[in-house]
Amino acid sequence: MSLDTVKHATETPDVEQPWAELGLKQDEYERIREILGRRPTGAELAMYSVMWSEHCSYKSSKVHLKQFGEKAPENDALLVGIGENAGVVDVGQGYAVTFKVESHNHPSYIEPYQGAATGVGGIVRDILAMGARPVAVMDPLRFGAADHPDTKRVLPGVVAGIGGYGNCLGLPNIGGEVVFDPCYQGNPLVNALCVGVMKHEDIHLAKASGSGNKVILYGARTGGDGIGGVSVLASETFDDTKPAKRPAVQVGDPFQEKLLIECTLEIFRENLVTGIQDLGGAGLSCATSELASAGSGGMRVELDTVPLRDSSLSPEEILMSESQERMCAIVEPGKVDRFLEICEKWDVIATVIGEVTDGSQLEIFWHGEQIVDVPPRSVAHEGPTYHRPYARPDWQDALQADDANKLARPANAEELRAQILQLVGSPNQASKAWITDQYDRFVQGNTVLAQPEDSGMVRIDEDSDLGVAVATDGNGRYTKLDPYAGAQLALAEAYRNVAASGAKPLAVSDCLNFGSPEDPAVMWQFAEATRGLADACQTLGTPVTGGNVSLYNQTGEVAIHPTPVVAVLGVIDDVNRRTPIAFADEGQLLYLLGDTREELGGSAWSQVVHDHLGGLPPKVDLERERLLAEILISASRDGMVDAAHDLSDGGLIQALVESCLRGGKGARLVVPDALDPFVFLFSESAGRAIVAVPRSEELRFTDMCGARGLPATRIGVIDGAEIDVQGQFSIPLSELKDAHEGTIPSLIA
Amino acid sequence: MTARIGVITFPGTLDDRDTQRAVRVAGAEAVPLWHRDKDLKQVDAVVLPGGFSYGDYLRAGAISRFSPVMETVIEQARAGMPVLGICNGFQVLTETHLLPGAMLRNNHLHFICRDQKLRVENATTAWTTDYAAGQEISVPLKNIDGRYVADERTLDMLEAEGRVAFRYLDGNPNGSLRDIAGITNETGNVVGLMPHPEHAVEPLIGTGRTDGLGFFTSILKKLVNA
Repeated sequence: MSLDTVKHATETPDVEQPWAELGLKQDEYERIREILGRRPTGAELAMYSVMWSEHCSYKSSKVHLKQFGEKAPENDALLVGIGENAGVVDVGQGYAVTFKVESHNHPSYIEPYQGAATGVGGIVRDILAMGARPVAVMDPLRFGAADHPDTKRVLPGVVAGIGGYGNCLGLPNIGGEVVFDPCYQGNPLVNALCVGVMKHEDIHLAKASGSGNKVILYGARTGGDGIGGVSVLASETFDDTKPAKRPAVQVGDPFQEKLLIECTLEIFRENLVTGIQDLGGAGLSCATSELASAGSGGMRVELDTVPLRDSSLSPEEILMSESQERMCAIVEPGKVDRFLEICEKWDVIATVIGEVTDGSQLEIFWHGEQIVDVPPRSVAHEGPTYHRPYARPDWQDALQADDANKLARPANAEELRAQILQLVGSPNQASKAWITDQYDRFVQGNTVLAQPEDSGMVRIDEDSDLGVAVATDGNGRYTKLDPYAGAQLALAEAYRNVAASGAKPLAVSDCLNFGSPEDPAVMWQFAEATRGLADACQTLGTPVTGGNVSLYNQTGEVAIHPTPVVAVLGVIDDVNRRTPIAFADEGQLLYLLGDTREELGGSAWSQVVHDHLGGLPPKVDLERERLLAEILISASRDGMVDAAHDLSDGGLIQALVESCLRGGKGARLVVPDALDPFVFLFSESAGRAIVAVPRSEELRFTDMCGARGLPATRIGVIDGAEIDVQGQFSIPLSELKDAHEGTIPSLIA
Repeated sequence: MTARIGVITFPGTLDDRDTQRAVRVAGAEAVPLWHRDKDLKQVDAVVLPGGFSYGDYLRAGAISRFSPVMETVIEQARAGMPVLGICNGFQVLTETHLLPGAMLRNNHLHFICRDQKLRVENATTAWTTDYAAGQEISVPLKNIDGRYVADERTLDMLEAEGRVAFRYLDGNPNGSLRDIAGITNETGNVVGLMPHPEHAVEPLIGTGRTDGLGFFTSILKKLVNA
């Protein structure tokens, strides 16, 4: 079939177009016709369909997401906020740090290896496009039941994909999470985070300005991978003699991405670009329309100059292709030669594909014929907005009334002991070393802390020892019980983790994983969670700098637990002062900070022992979280604690076992008078941490806690080769180690 | 005066900047070398760092070995210049036949990253004189193609000539024959190993040990005293 040019579209207004197959609604299609004053060409229809998709346009979520801006706390550290490829935060000494977490959930279920690999690749390019050198990655993951046969297909593929791509890029993987729950069986969550570092003056933005400036596409050739839904249009409407559909999941080439990173950083060093954008979802459609939309004028692109892997690709497919490892830069004419020279040095293909114009339209040509003539803002920034109906589900009351505090508890010390071993050996609480040992955590030579520490920490300046720490957390069980509180607890935990390592929390990125927005119950969860997170960020003074929303994580009527994953970035002036989790020095005193209440709703214990989810999650007290963080940071800076571990899922006993195994030392504990041993060990009350205090610092430390009003209870001492709870039980470390470390290899390996 | 130690960057090399840092921490001058450049810039020794040169798509190290810089490295190594190959660098050295044997995929088929205990078997090479023979050290190991293999005759020869430089302790991480972690050539100037000494040179970073620093202080002393 002949090329569907703008001229042809004007002359043939009544041609039937496959807008429904491309996922557009009738009113959306009519709006496109209204914007253009004619029917769209095939290429234009393809662009609008992907850019107005939920993934690119946030059409269901943006009415809620705007709270992150409206409620953003005053924060001098924020240099670039929401809306760019990633937010940027000032960390002092002239350094800026950019970080973001996003999802690659659906591709990773279909094709675990490539889905996860390209998830890493995509977030790394987002960070690179801000002008930063990527310095670390993390991967928060959720899978179905650990013993389900399909988990054995998905998990090893995802882990190998993350490792295969990230290891080959030379980025240390310093943290993340692995959580199992049957609710993720058909919808695993594969979120990926990247952190990058630059000097303030190196910040780059995605905008095309300066009429006459060149548009350069560089990196991999464009292929037919990742075209997804658009192949409906390309193969069925325009040419049904073509080969069958190509893979909808993109295929990654980490070697190409490594070259792209080094090449781009060299280009930045010589100050050769005025604007830059990575190519991710929606490929060239997204990059060209976003660059032009954010710029001052229009843009003209000669699409037939794009280097291809497959010469039979149609213009629509080229526009939609999500081939990986590509970037698009806006370069002044006088700097083009040097730009191309650097690309040649790194064996990176670079092509001038167009230029910035003084018009207002994005115009795309195919062998001289115009196939796109659109206002770029209408594609990139003025997509549809939905006010989806939402309603508290009718089952919520019954769920909350099903109180976990009433579940049968261990009847005696022997049962208590047995349940501890059961807990620390359960898939969610067990050591994830089998997984994280497949990631390189040492490369770049700046890793100060990595998993299983509370946060990942990297040094960013070798002379001053300035560093940053990042932690990600999210608890779908808590959020299911109470979405508002659950989102706040995710933030509180990540915030606490960063502080426990000795770093000051500065900013937030979030990946909001939910079910279908067309279900009012899911939409209510989303509305409540975003409201909770925005309120908590305001109270804690940590703005959301960017992130990602992943909806439709459900199979049939059954949605995943609402799972907001929250990443907190912190700064530490001197990484020598970092606090590890390991209890390594015998004789040091163990203090429990914060209040322990009878809070078992959504707890690991209720899941492991009773397969139960009900009641209310732990109470949120953000002022307490802030005080606890201040104490942990001061104690780290002034050398008052040698180890600290935040208390979260699994409660005190989980944290204690992890710290003891990490340090290879046991502990002797006394149950505080006011507490029942079971509650003391298993409650998941928030706002708590356990710290190891050298005896010489005890008075200074308890004085500080007393003066600031933070409850600090001495609960024991680091000692021996077992965990001994006085009057209750003792368990040798070797037995705990076998339980904790044996589970994942035996289920997955 | 100090020594100039070259660190080669191939496309896909990852640990070049880390290796340059390790050279500096030891007190030597680190000189970046580029794969397309035959000129070694008058360095006194060369390190081939780890990574995935050319993506390891054909076979680890198989393409880098044909790069212009390697022509000079091979020539100079045969003339006695000290050369250290770490991980992917070790793979390149076996591909060039400066060292015998080859590396295959780990027997468990996974990438493995861990703190690895080694025994220094030969403390007389250009890169190991700051260690004692039999000394046990811990340095990070991180690879997927780390299983050292060679035919029985070669292995017997390496053992007989004392050319097994490092052996894995406390569990062989990848199925390497005779627990071999690293080897040297006959003259002790060319050494290759899979673990990463450059990641163990600062007390705070990585594993928190400095057991790898000896590689870089050994060569510095040798060059400065030469």
